[in-house]
Parts: sequence; C-alpha cells; structure tokens
Amino acid sequence: MAEASSQEPQSPIQSTLTDWSSDQTVFKGVPWGKAMMWIFLLSDTFIFTCFLISYMTVRMTSGDPWPEPSLVFALTVFGHDVPLLLIAIMTFILITSSGTMAMAVNMGYRENKKAVFWLMLATALLGASFVGMQAFEWWKLIDGIGIRPWGNPMEAAPQFGAIFFMVTGFHGLHVSAGVIYLFTIAIRVLIGKYDGKGYDIVEITGLYWHFVDLVWVFIFAFFYLW
Amino acid sequence: MAAQGQQHPIKIYFLIWLLLFVFSAGSYYIDIANYEGMARWFLIIVFMLLKAGFIVAIFMHMKWERPALIFAILLPTLFLLVFMYLMAFESDYAYATRVLYFGADPDVVALPPAPH
Repeated sequence: MAEASSQEPQSPIQSTLTDWSSDQTVFKGVPWGKAMMWIFLLSDTFIFTCFLISYMTVRMTSGDPWPEPSLVFALTVFGHDVPLLLIAIMTFILITSSGTMAMAVNMGYRENKKAVFWLMLATALLGASFVGMQAFEWWKLIDGIGIRPWGNPMEAAPQFGAIFFMVTGFHGLHVSAGVIYLFTIAIRVLIGKYDGKGYDIVEITGLYWHFVDLVWVFIFAFFYLW
Repeated sequence: MAAQGQQHPIKIYFLIWLLLFVFSAGSYYIDIANYEGMARWFLIIVFMLLKAGFIVAIFMHMKWERPALIFAILLPTLFLLVFMYLMAFESDYAYATRVLYFGADPDVVALPPAPH
C-alpha cells in the first residue's frame, strides 16, 4: 500500500493500469472481504437488472393497459385514499436505515463498539419493519384486490402479478437476509469477536445493506412511479 | 490501523441522508402533482439516478476507493445498458407483431394459424 501511494498523484487510468499490472494484489488497501462483497453486489446488480429488463419487456410488449400504480398502491387513511402512502413510508424507512447503517460504519472505525451495536440493531429493526409492511402490501394486493401471478380482476395486463411479486419478493428476500446478517454481525461486534482485528466487517455489512436500499430506489421508480 | 479504512466526518453522512429524503419527497411529489409524459419520466429518472449516485458514492464509499476497484465494479454495468437497449428494440418488434397479427386485440396469446 505504501509503495502504491508513493507513486501518486496520477490519473485514474494510470493508477488503474499500475494496480492491475503490479503482479500482486490488484485492489490495494482493500480488505479481501470488501472486494468480494463488491463483486457479489455486482453479480446481484446483474440479477436485479435482468429482472427489471424483463419487466420492461413484458410491459412494452403487452397490448393490455398496465394497472394504474396510484390506484393499486393506495392506502386508505381515515376514509381517504392516499396514493402510494405505504410505499412512501417504506421508502423513508429504508433511507433512514441506510443512514443509521452509515453511522454504524463510521462508529466502527472510531472503535465505538456500543454505538456500532445499537446503530446496527436500529438498522435491523427498521429493515424488519420494512419487510412487515411489504407483507401487509402483498396481503392487500392478494386478499384485497385479488391479484394473482397469472391474472388480476382489474382487466389489466395479466403479467402484472407475476413480474411484480417476483421482483418485490426477491428484494424482500434480500432485506430479510440483510436483517439476519445485521443481527448476526451486531451481536458478534458486541461480544468482541472483532476486537483487535479492525471493524471492516461493519463496512462490508453496510455495503450489502446500502445495496438493498439502492435496489429499492430503482424498484420505487419503475414499479410505483412509472 | 488508523490510516486504514474509510473514516470520514459525520457531517457528510447527515448531509447525504437529508438529500436522500429530499429526493424521495421530490419523486413522491411527481406522483401527487400528476406530472405526465416526458416531464414525469425525466424527473423520475433524474431523482432515481441522483439517489443511486449518492448512495454508491458516499454511503458505499465508492468516491474514496482506488480507481482500480471503481472501474472493476462500475464498468461492467455498462453491459446492462446494452442489454436494455437490445430488449427495448426487441420489445418494439414483438409489440408491432402482436398488433399486426392480433389486430385490435393484441393481448391474445394464442398463435395465429400457420398460413398455407
């Protein structure tokens, strides 16, 4: 790492070429766990993008109208239909959890174990509440409106249910896995498993969690607003 | 140990946190205000990319990584844009074919009888 930094400053291209041709570790100064998490996230990006592209394809080729998101995803509060209210709450919860996660990573590098534990716990609980709200949303769609993967009573494109449940379900699965991951790492931090080894693991967990938030940004734009 | 890792002032996280709230409120407003057509699509995409960019750059610390890692992770996603373009092209064709063969009712999934 010292060798690499002695050659700076140089252009990003030069730096990349130097790193890749150095006959040693390419990602200098990056813990291997972090590099592997980034590569996993890249592969996950490909999976989610393939899902979103298949959604685009289904929607573009369908001659039937697509369900009106404002009507399908409305929430009735005190007798008024508020469009996208539940989705807005879910979005803000996920952003808030991203904020607490970023703080946890920061506290990790300050070696403040207690703060890391509580912030990660808060992140996990916010994530769990997100999954709960998603379950509620699915219940409303399945039981309330009667949407199925093979059709819906709205005379809209029958593919809507299939693609919607697949993409939001896969995202919900990622959130659920993230909640378990967060709980596990939070407890391991608290009992001192990473004492003296550095807190890279908190940043790696954070990368996964921010990615879940990142995917939601795209789902929010394409499924609920488009 | 001290020099290693991603340690940045807390202020920047709060700033980005706030910005994400503002952008989300913005995209929610697009829906409430009933923006239609190009304005709607343009604003949705802009807010989406701004949010995604800030999450990756600041929360995921991509801004402070070495270029070797940045390029290794971000450049492959360009293939996805190519894939998206290909499928959009194909979708236009599939839709046109459905309208051509199924006329006014393009949603019928059964294949037309083979011509003799």
